[in-house]
Parts: sequence; structure tokens; C-alpha cells
Amino acid sequence: MADIESFDPDAKPYWDAAARGELAYQRCTACDAAVFFPRAICPDCGAANPAWRVSAGKGTVYACSVVHRAPPSYQDKAPYAVVLVDLDEGFRMMSNVVDCDPSGVSIGDRVAVVFRPDEDGRAVPFFVPA
Amino acid sequence: MSLKKACAIAGVAESRLGHVPDSTVLSLQAEALIGALADAGLEKKDIDGMFVAGNWGRMPPLQVGEYLGLHPRYVDSTAVGGSSYEFHLGHAAAAIQAGLCQVAVILYGSTQRSKRDRFIFQVRDELGYQYETPYGMPVPVGAYALAASRHMHEYGTTSEQLAELAVATREWAMLNPVAFRREKLTVDEVLDSGWMATPLHKLDCCLFTDGGGAVILVSPEIAKTLAKPPVWLLGQGEAISHAVISQMADLTRSPAYESGKRAFAMAGIDHADLDVVEIYDSFTITVLLTLEALGFCKPGEGGRLFEGGRTAPGGEFPLNTNGGGLSYCHPGQYGIFLIIEAVRQLRGECGPRQVADAALALVSGTGGVLSSNSTAILGLE
Repeated sequence: MADIESFDPDAKPYWDAAARGELAYQRCTACDAAVFFPRAICPDCGAANPAWRVSAGKGTVYACSVVHRAPPSYQDKAPYAVVLVDLDEGFRMMSNVVDCDPSGVSIGDRVAVVFRPDEDGRAVPFFVPA
Repeated sequence: MSLKKACAIAGVAESRLGHVPDSTVLSLQAEALIGALADAGLEKKDIDGMFVAGNWGRMPPLQVGEYLGLHPRYVDSTAVGGSSYEFHLGHAAAAIQAGLCQVAVILYGSTQRSKRDRFIFQVRDELGYQYETPYGMPVPVGAYALAASRHMHEYGTTSEQLAELAVATREWAMLNPVAFRREKLTVDEVLDSGWMATPLHKLDCCLFTDGGGAVILVSPEIAKTLAKPPVWLLGQGEAISHAVISQMADLTRSPAYESGKRAFAMAGIDHADLDVVEIYDSFTITVLLTLEALGFCKPGEGGRLFEGGRTAPGGEFPLNTNGGGLSYCHPGQYGIFLIIEAVRQLRGECGPRQVADAALALVSGTGGVLSSNSTAILGLE
């Protein structure tokens, strides 16, 4: 259980949804903008408390880099594909495309979300070729 | 009200650069301050404004002021990455124009190389960063690699074009006695230097050095009393975009697009008027994206600016004439060194790398992960 100091009310619904196998995002109740990452204000129009939604988890690779010189705790995983994915609902997020040859991942590829546990057992969204 | 000619740069200096194990971040700033005061013909007691970003330690302006014995009546610690020093130019000009200080110093120092601070680091898993940290992107190079991937996809920009910039920048460094890398470099050596994060190679990336710098700005009244010709701030603009790369709306459009328009409008000049250009080169792609955003070419055409050695010594577009962050020095943050080189070029102090009759210069700093940009135009008149 997270301690008080690290408790993040913006993030908790996102990670709780991930634990259920859902990719959560927000949508502004005033201007209808898709909002990601989660926050207490719409960054477009300034309205408070965007509403939570669940994404279908389908998207398109917007940018892609295969990492060869990895940060220390990722070195045993390299090379791997870091991507920015444009989800069909209109928001963008970072992820990895997994379960494939990273050098084969290209901008424009269709991808679908999967959830995998990290080292602490927390469910994290990744993507696989769709 | 405009900041045009609200202040002039009167003194600049570097500390020792490269690998300086007998130093601290503070002692390097002392070296640079002493040098810049001598260059300006001013004394430490004249300083009444201080601009310190600091990417190290706790409350850097307090530590710097304490160590150097500065007691300024105006302090600014705007910290937006390696571009902070170009932001400081505009902020110092505003403070001087408002009469809040008359002699301002911008300071920076880093012992990144000798203290082995990690070049590739992981940011803390909190706030906006928590949505990126699970994916192992090396910061900052991975973010710039993503931008490069997008630019290549949209416009067909090639690794060879980026390598040509690295080679031309090295040719400038070969003319600079204090540059860290001075051996000849070829396009093939850049392309064979190994991947950091595709499509960026090791030699698409800046150096990892120690070093410090100081820039002293003065009011117009004081500028006219000093021995060296004043270098006037003619225009400055700034913009911030995002903190994490997944929040950047268009990876091919740097915030220099906004800041550059503001700087050019204030200075009232055109691109063709410029004699020398100093662009933050954390990575080769940074320069390409900045030049496009500043309007030196159309979007997508930046790669062509580097073809055929156009930006090398003797080329038609003198760019990063000290050898840049790629080959001269890059101590964690590089922005202050852009200003130092532009001032020296305008004063004609650059020896074998001097651009003939340089009278008008542009400096453009990019910080974070294409997150912030401040662009300034400097001139002799």
C-alpha cells in the first residue's frame, strides 16, 4: 500500500484500472478533449476534473526508437522498442511494443494494449502488434 | 515596451573545460566569474544581479551567491534545462530595463565528467514521469531519438544528413584550442559509432564534460564606459512546451517556432542579415529541428542545410563555430556557451575560426526533451 507521501490521487484510478486490465484515460466534460496523463484540470480549456473513461486499447505507432544503450535497470532487456502510441480515442502515451522483433516496429503500425506485471507486481500497459 | 538594446553583454568567460578533476561546480563558476569580470573591466562588487539555474544540489543560487560572495539585489533561477541561460538573457534585460539591477551575471558550472554523473539517467517515478518511466527510455537521448524517427518518417531526413552536421561541427572544433574532440571525423565514422537509440548514433550525441561559464550584462549607461565594444541584446523570445516527450503535440516542431518569432520581431531583422548562428546541439536532430522552427528553411528541409559541408568552416552558413556541444564541451547544460561564443565572434576574438566581419549573431538554446527554447539576437549596433 502506498504511503501518504507517495499517494497520488490523479494516478490512482489509472493504476487501479490497469490492475483490472483496463487502459483508463480522461475526457473533459466541458470541451470533450481526451486528456492523458490524468490530472485535475483539462489542459485545453481549463475545466476542472475531467471524467474517467476506458480506452479500447487500440492505437497507431506515432514515433519509435529501438534502445540499445539502456538505463541501468533496463540493460538486460535491450534492445527494445520505445514508442509513442496514438490511441484511437485521441490521446497519446509512451509504451514498449513487446512480443516481437523490436527492429520490425515501424511508425504507422497498428498495436493493441496488453498488461504485464513490473518488478513490483504492478500491472503496466504495453502494446503488441495488432 | 521592447527589450531591444535594454542591456549589453560586457564580459564572457569559460572556466577550464573537459576533464577537470580538481574542481567543484562552485570553483568552476568562480574561475568563470573571475575571467568574465576581467573581460568586462568590472569588479565583483559591481554585480547587483545574479542568474543561476543550476542542475545540481540544493538551492543553487544560495550556494553560488555564498561561495562567490555575491549579494545581488536581483536574483532569478529560472531552470528549464540547458536553454535556461538564454532565458536569463531576456530576464536580465528586463530587470536592467526596470532599474532593478545594473550589472547582472549569468553563471553555470558542472563537474559531470570527473564526478561521473550519469549521462543516461532515470527520472523519478512520480507525477507526469510515472507514465514514461516503466518503458526504459534513456533520458534525454531516447526522447530526441523519437523526434528524429518522426522527422525521418514524415520528411525522409537521413542519418547521413545528421552525420554531416556532426562532421562540420568537428571541423569547427579543430580550429578551437580548448575543444574536447579535435581529431578529424568522417560521416562513416558517425554512422559506424554504434546505436544509442535508433535512429541516433553515439556521435549524434553531445559530449560529457566538465566546465563552467559566466556572462556579464550591463545597462546601456555602463556599457558605454567600458573598454571592449558592447554586444547588444537586440531581441529575445522564449517558449515552453512540455516536460515529458509524450506530451509534445508535434515531435517535428520545436518550441523555437514561437520563441524565434518573438526574437526576430523584437530585433527587427531577417535571417539573411545574420552572420553567425549558434544553436544548441545536444543531439544532431536538435539543431535540425531548431533551424526549421526558427524559419531558416521550410519544415522538413532541415537536412539539406547540412549537405555538402554548408555549415563547416568556409561554408555559406557558419554554425556552431566553437565546435558545439558535439565536439567542444557539454557539461550537462550547454546554453551559456552559445552566448560566450556569439559574443567572441561579434568582437572578432576567435582567431582561426573567426567568421569575417561578424556583426549580427543568433543564439538558440533548447532544454529538457525539446521542452523549452529561448532564442536571442545579438549585435554590435
